[in-house]
Amino acid sequence: MKEYTNSGNKDTRSGFGAGLLEAGRQNSEVVALTADLEGSLKMGDFKAEFPERFVQCGIAEANMVGTAAGMAIAGKIPFVGSFAEFVTGRVYDQIRQEVAYGRANVKICASHAGITLGEDGATHQTMEDIALMRALPGMVVINPCDYNQTVAATIAAASYDGPVYLRFGRPSVPNFTPAGADFEIGKAYIMNEGTDVTIFATGHLVWEALQACKLLEEKGISAEIVDIATLKPLDVEAVVSSVTKTGAVVCAEEHNQAGGLGELISGVLAAHCPVPVEFVNGQDRFGQSGTPAELMKAYGLDGEHIAEAALKAISRK
Amino acid sequence: MAKTTEELKKIASQVRRDIVRMVTGAKSGHPGGSMSSADFLTALYFDVMKHDPSSWRRDGKGSDVFILSAGHLTPVYYSLLSRSGYFPVEELATFRKYGSRLQGHPCVESGLPGIFQASGSLGQGLSAAAGFALAKKMDSDPQTVYVLMGDGECEEGQIWEAAMFAAHHKLDNLIGLVDWNGQQIDGKIDDVGGVGDLVAKWSSFGWTVLTCDGHDFEQILNAYAAAKAEAGKGRPVVILMKSDMGHGVDFMAGTHKWHGKAPSQEQCQEALSQLEETLGDY
Repeated sequence: MKEYTNSGNKDTRSGFGAGLLEAGRQNSEVVALTADLEGSLKMGDFKAEFPERFVQCGIAEANMVGTAAGMAIAGKIPFVGSFAEFVTGRVYDQIRQEVAYGRANVKICASHAGITLGEDGATHQTMEDIALMRALPGMVVINPCDYNQTVAATIAAASYDGPVYLRFGRPSVPNFTPAGADFEIGKAYIMNEGTDVTIFATGHLVWEALQACKLLEEKGISAEIVDIATLKPLDVEAVVSSVTKTGAVVCAEEHNQAGGLGELISGVLAAHCPVPVEFVNGQDRFGQSGTPAELMKAYGLDGEHIAEAALKAISRK
Repeated sequence: MAKTTEELKKIASQVRRDIVRMVTGAKSGHPGGSMSSADFLTALYFDVMKHDPSSWRRDGKGSDVFILSAGHLTPVYYSLLSRSGYFPVEELATFRKYGSRLQGHPCVESGLPGIFQASGSLGQGLSAAAGFALAKKMDSDPQTVYVLMGDGECEEGQIWEAAMFAAHHKLDNLIGLVDWNGQQIDGKIDDVGGVGDLVAKWSSFGWTVLTCDGHDFEQILNAYAAAKAEAGKGRPVVILMKSDMGHGVDFMAGTHKWHGKAPSQEQCQEALSQLEETLGDY
């Protein structure tokens, strides 16, 4: 299989912070808003360089989203940042009315997504955000796989004219995609070509999928690994083309079953090429306190579980 | 642009005729609040606001901006937009009909000129207006942003998030209007939501508060002038426009019952007989 090297664990939220700074340098209309989470969202460098374009909104997420919409209509490119739960579930109606239906060029930036936020527990660990954002007409949904891809995706989001949901996380995770690569919204990235099973993964589970790929290779199984960095619009052609070749699928995500990557891919397969699908996700559960590593194992989201799911999918061919 | 109070009265009478005819034609819609806000919004569109319908653009650059937070007041909003030249008045006949640009609540998807933001889910327009005002300040654009809220709408928590934000960020290019008619869908505000002392509430949130009779054009124009005189003083301004729901038609006035109800054909005729046709019906 193709070799990937972890250049050192890094948090994807810092990738967002670096991407935001670069986007701000490239376009003077880029502004950043946060609801008392400047530090957590790594907006400090942007604020230091562009203090007049940084807007502290206080602990009032609903107003922050509406304010961003107003600024977008007036010609700004607002990046709105908070924890994933508080910038989706808490303000779903504001995003629906003001941003999506209002056709406002706002970037909803969600850190601390999923259970790997860790010790804070379920109140802060959204596993439903992708479902909510996917459901909105016209909303682009991006979930990059590592630090470098998050930097690139943030810059790409600034250039895209329309609402974007950008998801990233708190824990340090392997950084393995090339620095400085362009990010193409709507493109699925084939990380490894294979013939026996396709593993579609999103977010930092792409790295786990690559670990699964190694385990499978030891058993003589050739797995194709696809990074679904953009869940909406989905790269349908890449999905169908891969599955037509392999005939078995695993979908891996740090999100619940309802409305996540698994259901998304299954919908495409049902219409184009029905094959066995196995799901690696949070199922239908809330999170809990623990270290990210403990929770990844407990919720069955690591490479070993992905490899097991692949064997099961292949056995059902 | 400047109009006499007599001229404004005449326009407002036609606007009320439009409101009654639109909701009757659609067999649905919200006449009550449209009629209570018709006078001060007529003054806003025909005298106070700096805007040019022929060169309207959604980013509002170089122009005053109006956002309707109380999105259900589309009858008065669409009437005023068409009567000031944003689109042909004949289009008012399509209100709430399939395929119309005049959706039940304002939207931007349909491309109706004059509408800066979609609204209808209450409590959100002040935030958008604050964002607009903040962007204008960043761009050194000296124009004003206006936003209309209902008094019942002030029961929404987001209004107060936005009120706090606007004062904290010293948005003195933002003028809030509250249609202070004392009614909401389920009855009198004092009985339903208990929004309480709005003067004290807005004041305590750091706003300059003005009040006036929202059906007296002289008072209305004075209040707008006073609000504009506050621009640049570091505080947002709100004008509480004391009004009667359904004002202008005797059987619709002073009750919540016409908040979201269309008149029958007979009631429509009765209402129109009380409202002078001044600019020609659509």
